[in-house]
Amino acid sequence: MHSVFGRGNAMAAYTLSVLAGLTFCCFLSTVFLDYRTPAVINTRQVVVKSIPDYSASREKNDLGYVTFDLKTDLTHLFNWNVKQLFLYVTAEYQTQSNQFNQVVLWDKIILRGENAVIDLKNIHAKYYFWDDGNGLRGHKNVTLTLSWNIIPNAGLLPNVGAIGSHSFAFPPEYTTSKV
Amino acid sequence: MDAWDDFKRMNKRQMLYQALSFGMIVSSALMIWKGLMVVTGSESPIVVVLSGSMEPAFQRGDLLFLTNNQEDPIRAGDIVVFKVEGREIPIVHRVLKLHEKSNGTVKFLTKGDNNNVDDRGLYAPGQLWLQKNHVVGRARGFLPYVGLVTIYMNDYPHFKYLVLVALALYVLIHRE
Repeated sequence: MHSVFGRGNAMAAYTLSVLAGLTFCCFLSTVFLDYRTPAVINTRQVVVKSIPDYSASREKNDLGYVTFDLKTDLTHLFNWNVKQLFLYVTAEYQTQSNQFNQVVLWDKIILRGENAVIDLKNIHAKYYFWDDGNGLRGHKNVTLTLSWNIIPNAGLLPNVGAIGSHSFAFPPEYTTSKV
Repeated sequence: MDAWDDFKRMNKRQMLYQALSFGMIVSSALMIWKGLMVVTGSESPIVVVLSGSMEPAFQRGDLLFLTNNQEDPIRAGDIVVFKVEGREIPIVHRVLKLHEKSNGTVKFLTKGDNNNVDDRGLYAPGQLWLQKNHVVGRARGFLPYVGLVTIYMNDYPHFKYLVLVALALYVLIHRE
């Protein structure tokens, strides 16, 4: 087997197995870490409107407008096996027609090396807060939570919820003015 | 080549043995795949990312490991792999909105991290929501680059046949 082909083959096989072994060690070294950390969310403006949802049913649905503050520091979550964090703020609530509702209002990608200190004031939702029906007006208990999805270099893709959430109520009347 | 000389010197019994070991390789690969299907509950436990719609998290050629346990509910923020009627290739996107009724029926809307709008334009005409039966699996594990080989194979069919023939020849001719 002392040919160019034989040696190339042996080298390629060895390189591949070393790479695979190293990748597996990288995965093992971070698989049991706890990625939870506190975050503070507060709502500023909360109103609800009743207008036709042309993106879905054309019927009049409840549309919430929420602006909120968000403060957290995720710098320490980055280790050698975290390529990216995908942050998202979810509104979670229960209505008569649906036992469980989740609407993502805002998201942000933080790549490794970027600033991971979040201190945002009065941010507007990135996505529309449409309810599936008319369940938002006068709703007493909508919970906002920050979560993040960890994208590793190689390994698991956990979704982690921040410690701490914020509950708020929608006003009992629809707003007719422009928001 | 030495290998070919080796092959010519084989007797019938040895040839049969080579063919059998080739069959073993093929059937154990099939067993691993089917076994993974049982364990994960997904019809396709490993998928290759084919588009850039989830960049920078997933690039073309990255490998995703899926599970699809029915007891494990789908939640906003999950990365789901789903099939839409009229499209053969499954799509890997993130759940943006989700509504679940008390009887367990769930409808949800997805969006790619790198796309500006949600996926209603990708669904079948008139379809507004995805349901459980569209889901192939949920991404649980990630391995970069490994799927590039299959992408090259699909892009260049000649390369695929070359690799397959070379592997088959190697297994059949190579003597322990």
